[in-house]
Amino acid sequence: MYAWVWRHLPGPWPVRTLIAMAFVAAIVVLLFTTVFPWAEDSLPFLKVTVDQ
Amino acid sequence: MIRTAVRGTGELLITAGLVVLLFVAYQLVWTNYEAHKATDSVASDLRDSWDRPDPTGAGAAARGPKKVDFGKGFAFLHIPRLGKNWTIPVVEGVDLPDLAKGVGHYPKTAQPGAIGNFAVAGHRATNGEPFAYLDKVRKGDLVVAETRTEWFTYVIDRTKIVSPTSTWVLDPVPGKPSAKPVQALLTLTTCNHRWASYQRLIVFGHLQETRAKADGPPTVLLRPARSA
Repeated sequence: MYAWVWRHLPGPWPVRTLIAMAFVAAIVVLLFTTVFPWAEDSLPFLKVTVDQ
Repeated sequence: MIRTAVRGTGELLITAGLVVLLFVAYQLVWTNYEAHKATDSVASDLRDSWDRPDPTGAGAAARGPKKVDFGKGFAFLHIPRLGKNWTIPVVEGVDLPDLAKGVGHYPKTAQPGAIGNFAVAGHRATNGEPFAYLDKVRKGDLVVAETRTEWFTYVIDRTKIVSPTSTWVLDPVPGKPSAKPVQALLTLTTCNHRWASYQRLIVFGHLQETRAKADGPPTVLLRPARSA
């Protein structure tokens, strides 16, 4: 999977490295801003109120 | 072919593992960082707004039930047992976005110092975790609610472990739904145990002293009690 991605990135290796790092950074930002806050709702230790 | 499939599966599993580790880092570090930032901002906004003249006019009117925006700070809670100068803004509402900014006031419960039950919820793990050590609070401890105009000092009567559905703890007179409240009470709720959800830790108290802001903070905040 990663080898396939690497082969399909354009340019010489320094350029590929930069692009790959940008991809990783974008995925981390997406996780932190969207996916994790959504997943967090189901964590048990965030339930601190009494309700029905 | 098989080699490719095995390698692909392995890469996927490693990636999934890294994502899970990242989620742990997010919970344990990032949510606290974000919550502390939000709490500081709510606290300074509230102090700033108190430095300006009260838009509602008469200061005493602020004690009555008035509309407060969800997620907006309107008071401070001081719990000397949890640390010297331990203080946190109280925001309106107990949904997760509210609780990420401080501790949350149950919307239908009494205002600080008012007759009835001033009920507040706070995180015990991650997201700022203000109530991480709420289990250290014990009978006789003093908890101060600070509003624009007053200091309300509550004395803790008891702590109790209850089920998550025990809404009776929020009653104006906890456990007596039909009773007419005559006393100003305090209820703090958080999860129990710290990293679990199958119980709630409840701290009950009652109002002991009301001081005007102009008279300075109550003595418990001047020399925090850390003994016993």
